[in-house]
Amino acid sequence: MNRLQTMSVALIALTPLAAQAEVTICASLSVTGPAASLGIPEQQTLAFLPEEAGGQAIRYVVLDDATDPTKANTNARKCVEDEKADILLGSSTAPTSASVAAVAGETGTPVIALAPVTVDAAVEPWVYRSVQKNALMASALIEHMQKTGVTRLGFVGFADAYGEDWLKTVTPMLEAAGIKLVAVERFARTDTSVTGQVLKLVASAPDAVLVAGSGTPSALPAVGLRERGFAGQIYQTHGSATTEYIRVGGPSVEGSILPVGPVVVAPQLPVSHPSRGIGVEYYTAYVAQYGEGSVSAFGGMMFDAGQLAAAAIAAAEGTPGTPEYRMALRDALEGLTDVVSVNGVYNLSADDHYGHDQRSRVLVQVTDGAFKYLALD
Amino acid sequence: MDSTIALFLVQDGLINGAIYALLAVCFVLLFAVTRIIFIPQGDFVAFAGLTLAALEMGVAPGSALLLVCLGVACALFDLAGLRNWPPAGWLLRRLGAYLALPLVLWLGVRDLAPMDLPVWADICLTLVIVVPMGPFTYRLAFEPMRNASILALLITSVGVHLVMMGLGLLFFGAEGYRSTPIWGGTILLGPMMIQGQSALLMVCTLVILGLLWCFFTRTLAGKALQAAAVSARGAELVGISVETAGRRAFVLAGLIAAIAGILIAPITTLYYDSGFLIGLKGFVAAIVAGFASFPGAVFSAIVLGIIEAFAAFWASAFKEVIVFGLVLPILLWRSLTNPHDEEH
Repeated sequence: MNRLQTMSVALIALTPLAAQAEVTICASLSVTGPAASLGIPEQQTLAFLPEEAGGQAIRYVVLDDATDPTKANTNARKCVEDEKADILLGSSTAPTSASVAAVAGETGTPVIALAPVTVDAAVEPWVYRSVQKNALMASALIEHMQKTGVTRLGFVGFADAYGEDWLKTVTPMLEAAGIKLVAVERFARTDTSVTGQVLKLVASAPDAVLVAGSGTPSALPAVGLRERGFAGQIYQTHGSATTEYIRVGGPSVEGSILPVGPVVVAPQLPVSHPSRGIGVEYYTAYVAQYGEGSVSAFGGMMFDAGQLAAAAIAAAEGTPGTPEYRMALRDALEGLTDVVSVNGVYNLSADDHYGHDQRSRVLVQVTDGAFKYLALD
Repeated sequence: MDSTIALFLVQDGLINGAIYALLAVCFVLLFAVTRIIFIPQGDFVAFAGLTLAALEMGVAPGSALLLVCLGVACALFDLAGLRNWPPAGWLLRRLGAYLALPLVLWLGVRDLAPMDLPVWADICLTLVIVVPMGPFTYRLAFEPMRNASILALLITSVGVHLVMMGLGLLFFGAEGYRSTPIWGGTILLGPMMIQGQSALLMVCTLVILGLLWCFFTRTLAGKALQAAAVSARGAELVGISVETAGRRAFVLAGLIAAIAGILIAPITTLYYDSGFLIGLKGFVAAIVAGFASFPGAVFSAIVLGIIEAFAAFWASAFKEVIVFGLVLPILLWRSLTNPHDEEH
């Protein structure tokens, strides 16, 4: 009896809510599995996303895809069919994002991916990304190399898609900048020794070395280089921008330079940086909840995705839950200009579904065991 | 390439080869005594390194809890297998080893870990946590299938490795760790600069191999192990328990793996899944030695380490391809020169 009463009260309470238009954003994130270190801060950022935009309430749904593309596909379908999602978010890695994007294209739902995913031309109109391209990140490093007079660069990268993509990205850029690639070496995440590669690098006498790896394994070549007495600059990619990298590398990674999204060093940004205000706000709120050193670029990407979605909702007209409204949201996303978020300023267009410019990356240097903002000019 | 680089590569090869040699010896020993090709061998190396790193950071290592879980499972297995009430002494010994030891360790380590212990204490703790995992695993996975074929044992061993890797992720997390060197100095040897830790590693490997040799040739327990390896039935006829021999072999293997882990933890970054590839190299060395000869296994492990170092220098993208590719002709040559039955 009691339960029935509660239920009817709940039902009555729900009725007006259901009548009111509510926009649904459904995310598939890799909260478990190999990419958990990306998915967890993304999920935790959910609490800091806008609750309403343009007078409309936003409902968030998060599903875990366990870094599995098949699961991501199922999640995306669940989002569209069961949750009547108006916008999809995710996923955390390129393969899982490709699965979500495929469903997005098929069902005509806009998606904001948190990984640099490449999709078919037919699907592309529906796919947006809140993550910087490798080329944008590399441009910051190359700018620094030119400024400090580096003419000979050694490259040591993961023997996988990540390292390969970085090599492909930087090779033409280095050529244009007049920097010679003197050695190209590979290593694996599970390697216990990189002495051979390090000896070869040192023997080719580079001014600086770029390590293209992600996470803590990229500390190993840095340690090896310092052990062999290499005194030049060590550059890393944004894949290593975690406090764990500094912990494992210790004194050997002091002074190494990485490109990152501005949010990672939000409180250190110059006052003139557009992301400073909103970045510090997010940074402080996140640190208050999850502790010092918890802010990562990945949570920032999720925050950006939330800002982009909110801006599109504010601009689009229509009834949530209908195909027309999803179309309107897509059009709104493509037309967004000057959306300021924690990882820079977004200007999207039909040709550019990333929307970043050089304000979306800054350089940081490991100084006294922490990331310090490094001004480029 | 000049001679200095060659010397450095040889040094790097010797360091890696020394670790592979320790593992190869374990592979040969376990196979000889128990007919098990013990794939999880490498996982214990990683577990030991991660345990030491956790203790150094002042954190109670997850492996202590893992040992408790293994111990409880072993005790349940023992009790379930009982047909009638056992003698009190036997029961006390078993429960003491399977329940009391891990529990005391786990509770103790939670209080001891934050206390900034000296290095030797951390090392001792690591040893007492990791070494029992060897015999515990044997009791859980392999003792119940003592008479199974080599193939069935191998499949079980792969299964145990997969479980160990999953547990490693659960108890240690996905991040890599590195411990501080036990001896941070460097030795100058002509143009060569040898890191103190690397020198320590090689000396320890030599000492362990020497001690093993003494153990097998000079002590009764060692001779009993060897007898069980040569002929299980023959050994049983002269009163050597093959079961005890198996357990002793696993204690020895756990000990060697733990020491190897402690020695390489400061040289490289270890992850929960680093052990497999290290173990695989040791396994390859054991295969090249025909799973029969200790000196052969040590020799081929060191050659493998040196090949690996040079492959990393010349063609880093194909390092593993070269290392494992070179094994094929050796295997072919071995199977042609000494043909023997599949099952023995």
